[in-house]
Amino acid sequence: MRRLAVVLALFALQPALADSNLPPAYWSNRQLPDSNQEAKAQALMAELRCLVCQGQSIADSDAELAGDMRDLVRRRIAAGEQPAAIRAWLVQRYGTWISYKPTAEPAAWPLWLAPLALLALGAWIIRRRIKLKVGA
Amino acid sequence: MSRAVRFAPLVLLLLVVGALVWRLATPPDTRVHSKLEGKPIPVFVLAAALPTKPTVSSNELATGKPRLLNIFASWCIPCISEVKVLQQLKGAGVAIDGIAIRDRQDDIAAFLARNGDPYQRIGSDPQSELQIALGSSGVPESFIVDGRGIVRYQHIGPIEQSDIPMIMSKLEQAR
Repeated sequence: MRRLAVVLALFALQPALADSNLPPAYWSNRQLPDSNQEAKAQALMAELRCLVCQGQSIADSDAELAGDMRDLVRRRIAAGEQPAAIRAWLVQRYGTWISYKPTAEPAAWPLWLAPLALLALGAWIIRRRIKLKVGA
Repeated sequence: MSRAVRFAPLVLLLLVVGALVWRLATPPDTRVHSKLEGKPIPVFVLAAALPTKPTVSSNELATGKPRLLNIFASWCIPCISEVKVLQQLKGAGVAIDGIAIRDRQDDIAAFLARNGDPYQRIGSDPQSELQIALGSSGVPESFIVDGRGIVRYQHIGPIEQSDIPMIMSKLEQAR
């Protein structure tokens, strides 16, 4: 009987929630009435990284901080601010880490150069094979 | 096919396995550090979190002496043990201001009544706006702001008992 009670009590356990008791910010799960502005906000939110669920964008994340960031993005877009300016404002605070959009910084050069290098490698391999065929 | 080419896939495999083992053995730092260290604290004015306490604003942080700006919340579990350490810092003469993230007046009052109140001033940040403006990514976090309003140090996670000497020396450096 006691064992059963313990097992039943385990079902009643709640995870220790690390979330606040406040409702989500107004614009966190609400679209802007202007579809043009909403499209701009969506595009930007898909390229901003969530600080809590690192690897998700703030558009995908259910974290409260991501909701607050969506609210911030939508409010600023509605106020007429350009997405690039909002991104720059966040990069000033969190570094380029916050943005999924690759930059032209030296650290990202391999990323830009890799396709060219692979293309050149492919061309070189094909050239060699063709030459071999002609030789044979 | 030459010998070198025949062994290339094996070498490649070993390199990949080596890289994976290295990353598993030394995991990368997943904390996000604020880029505001060394820069002036952003201008802000917050509503008071409690009727009994003044609120925090950016121009009141540049008072000529370093201050500890602590980001906390009543719903944050590590904050409970951190408050006790903050009490010790307060006892050592450190001026501490709090920013309550996504919190309610009653909850903050109950939290402080239960765990102790090390704060001189508390501002309320119900939509994490200031938190984002500070480049902070969670609760609890603390910032050391020097007498001219420059952010000198960001502490990610709770300040533990063992961090006290380090925090004191950071405050001394910010003087």
